[in-house]
Amino acid sequence: MQGPLIDTLARQGVTRRTFLKYCATLASMMALPPAAGRAMAEAMAAVRRPSVIWLPFQECTGCTESITRSHSPTIEGMIFDMISLDYQETLMAAAGHQAEEARQNAMKANAGKYLLIVDGSIPLGQNGAYSCIGGRSNVDILKEAAGGAAAVIAVGTCASYGGIPKANPNPTGAVPVSDIVKDKPIVNIPGCPPIPVVMTGVLAHYLTFGSLPELDDKGRPKSFFGETIHDRCYRRPFYDQGKFAKTFDDEGARRGWCLFELGCKGPVTHNACATVKWNGGTSWPVESGHGCLGCSEPDFWDGGGFYKALSAPADPLKFAAAASVVGAAVGVGVSFANRAKKNKAKATHETITVADLEK
Amino acid sequence: MSASLEKGIHALKEVIDAPIASYFESCVHCGLCAEACLFHTETGDPKYTPIHKVEPLRRVYEREYTLLGRLKKMIGLSKPVTDAELDEWQELVYDSCTLCGRCSLVCPVGNDIVYMVRKLREGMAVSGHAPAGIRSATKNTVESGGPMGLKWPAVANVLRKAEESTGLRIPVDQEGAEYMVLLSSMEIVNYPEYIDALAKIFHKAGISFTLSSEAYEATNAGIQIGSSDLAKVIVSRIVDAAEKLKVKNVLSPECGHAYMAIRWEGPNLVGRPFKFNVVHVLELLDDLRLKGVLTMRDKLKDPLILHDPCQIVRRGGVLQAPEPLIRQVAENYIPIADKQKLNWCCGGGGGASAIHTEAAEALRATAFRIKKRQIEEAGVGTMVTFCANCRITIEEGFDHYEMNTKLLGLTELLAAHLEA
Amino acid sequence: MTDLQFLTWTRGPGLDLAVAVFLLGVLWRLIEIYTLGRKKDLAAPRHAPGASGLHTVFRRSLPPPGMLKRSPVSYIGGYVFHIGLAIIVFLGAPHVLLIKNLVGVSWPTLPSQFIGLTAVVTMAAMVLMLADRINKPVKRFLSTFEDWFTWAVTFLPVLTGWMATQHLLLPYTQMLALHILSAEILLVVLPFSKLFHGFTLFGSRWYNGRVNAHKGVPV
Repeated sequence: MQGPLIDTLARQGVTRRTFLKYCATLASMMALPPAAGRAMAEAMAAVRRPSVIWLPFQECTGCTESITRSHSPTIEGMIFDMISLDYQETLMAAAGHQAEEARQNAMKANAGKYLLIVDGSIPLGQNGAYSCIGGRSNVDILKEAAGGAAAVIAVGTCASYGGIPKANPNPTGAVPVSDIVKDKPIVNIPGCPPIPVVMTGVLAHYLTFGSLPELDDKGRPKSFFGETIHDRCYRRPFYDQGKFAKTFDDEGARRGWCLFELGCKGPVTHNACATVKWNGGTSWPVESGHGCLGCSEPDFWDGGGFYKALSAPADPLKFAAAASVVGAAVGVGVSFANRAKKNKAKATHETITVADLEK
Repeated sequence: MSASLEKGIHALKEVIDAPIASYFESCVHCGLCAEACLFHTETGDPKYTPIHKVEPLRRVYEREYTLLGRLKKMIGLSKPVTDAELDEWQELVYDSCTLCGRCSLVCPVGNDIVYMVRKLREGMAVSGHAPAGIRSATKNTVESGGPMGLKWPAVANVLRKAEESTGLRIPVDQEGAEYMVLLSSMEIVNYPEYIDALAKIFHKAGISFTLSSEAYEATNAGIQIGSSDLAKVIVSRIVDAAEKLKVKNVLSPECGHAYMAIRWEGPNLVGRPFKFNVVHVLELLDDLRLKGVLTMRDKLKDPLILHDPCQIVRRGGVLQAPEPLIRQVAENYIPIADKQKLNWCCGGGGGASAIHTEAAEALRATAFRIKKRQIEEAGVGTMVTFCANCRITIEEGFDHYEMNTKLLGLTELLAAHLEA
Repeated sequence: MTDLQFLTWTRGPGLDLAVAVFLLGVLWRLIEIYTLGRKKDLAAPRHAPGASGLHTVFRRSLPPPGMLKRSPVSYIGGYVFHIGLAIIVFLGAPHVLLIKNLVGVSWPTLPSQFIGLTAVVTMAAMVLMLADRINKPVKRFLSTFEDWFTWAVTFLPVLTGWMATQHLLLPYTQMLALHILSAEILLVVLPFSKLFHGFTLFGSRWYNGRVNAHKGVPV
């Protein structure tokens, strides 16, 4: 399956026109100028498949599932197929020493040029013993693979920010890619799982311009993560009007009112779900009636409960009883001291005479 | 002599109570009390802001009765109140405060500031920071019976003269009388007409009354200087005499602080409720008016305004009597905007009129401008009041500004027009 | 610390602590203040209509005659910012939700645009009050560090709350976290500063009303 991408696509029944349209859409999603769509199409049509090594660490395969499992073949899926995926444990046919050999070969052949995709977090506890492949710890493999990579793409919240493995109490000492790799450009594509088009968008950008897209302060492509779910949510007008669903089956829920009070994390979550949607634009969590979990944000698992409103504290009265007791005790203590002092002053009162008016 | 800072602090520790604590904790430094104080409105000087006048009291409260203050004191973060500071505050606590209580009426968080000034004076007095004028008035009252050093023979002399001029008997030391009449030295010396007026009214109403040769002076400089012990000595004379004569009522003279001392502070000073009632002369007069006894021969035609003495009206609670009484005798009474409990002080109450330093007198003159303005705005040539101390202060003010306004005492005015 | 960690801290341990210090402080201070006692008034009372502690608690919410004219900025500015704060705190949807979480009761809320507008008006009034404090000789004379500090501590939650909802300057998450943090600072400072007047003013008005009602004067 060598040769330009456009040929492969043609074989799959994707016309040039469809591909062009797709590139234009992709360009607009990434907030690139309209001309970029054509440039992207041309570049991608002609490009030879770059070598990609995909390293899975502490992960659930959800990210891979998200990208590969679609009801019908999508262009995202196909573009993904079209890269030279030289190592992907879940997808590759090879196993055991063969697989490791393939990885070593690809790294040698494309040294300094291959893209490294990582999903899953990296455990550091017990010298990395919590997750090993072929007898080597994840952290070892990552360091080695990152050494020859042109760039690293951290796919999913685990690779980007540590994700669920890193959730309190983080038994494996999980860390994100960015804690290990310091000398390569890293793109974080968080989400649990991430949106497929974001991955292809980043790949397309890299293939077209030979560089990574502009990132925000959390290493995410600004074009997809620049706005919050809340900003673009179709239920936003209800928030502004103060119309909230109070339970999942009340009148407000049926009318599609805002899910803020039911714990929606939309206001603090940066992602493209509200505009791109899922499953080929079918729907997305809020549209299906459930608040956003905030899965593309660091530490979303420890964000104070999925069903607690953002303005609602986790457990504010935790110390209330103890504090009240201590406060009352201090008050009573001072009160006794004060009364003793005042009574003493009264008891030692010396009757004033006119002589006491002058010094 | 034995006044000392320690005694002052000791006295403050005795008087600081829950209201004072609550007041200090509530103050938000909004400065509205300044707008209610004539010493601020007439001078524009922010140091006369009422709540600032009790700053030493606040400091003692904080250091002695709050946990944080005690901790600060322990580690040396808060400085003790010093003699120099109290000396600086003397002017603020005495010269520029007449205990008029107008500030207590406006504070939005409800602080009773005059209550605090009165308590602060307890500490000021025994630390030797009371002005010489009030000190000598207190000394005179305790040692010789009255602030002016007036003795009974002189009073008896004035009473005799009153008997001569009215042709009516003025009983002395008569047991079981309905009313025991108290006077103030100022009335005896400056306004003896008051005695004539009372005699006429009592006789017309057919009410028995008496004076006591042991207790005729109602004013209480002990209250003004802020020494409850001395105030108690003074007020006890009245209580003893009234109980000895078994009178039903004790009649307070017009004088405002006298009324405050005997009616409101008195029982608290002696530590028990009285066995007699204390009645202000205006309360008696209004009662007589309602009973139809106080009928007038004719009415005064001059347009006039009323000056409500602070200690009788705002702080004494004689709110309703003055206006009907003035209407009884005056045809052209003009009610002013800030009347009754909202009145502005004459500037000489709370012992201030006894302070004769140049600065204090100049300050009083400046503060008097508010009364001057009230008179000018009303466009009247006559003002009526019912407090001997207000009368002295107002007349000083008239002299200072060379005003030819007439000043009348309400009781005398009523007596002068009384139907025979 | 990431934004969300910061927010989670302010919503979690930060709030736990702030609420704890607030409750501790309020109880301590109230007991400290109101157990100092006072003497019974032995003078025979005079009764007058409208004179009582409770009357004064309510009556002092309105300016006494003539005072509005003398100090319009203090009164109007004071009303606007106190009422504005009350509207924002007690009728803003996220705040009512917080109250519901704390004590279990809730009530209808106002639209967020209205709350936003109220916040702007409230801040304007507070800035006006600050300018008045700087300009007016009496207020400037009385002012200590505490006055400026408590102004800032009260102003910041309004500002950060408004900026968070308007998406100004910082990302919402950070601003929301700052908003909650500033409110927590307010909770911690309140019992130990002049902001405690929110509690003691009822006691003060009551004492003043009661002492004077004993003499028959409605104050």
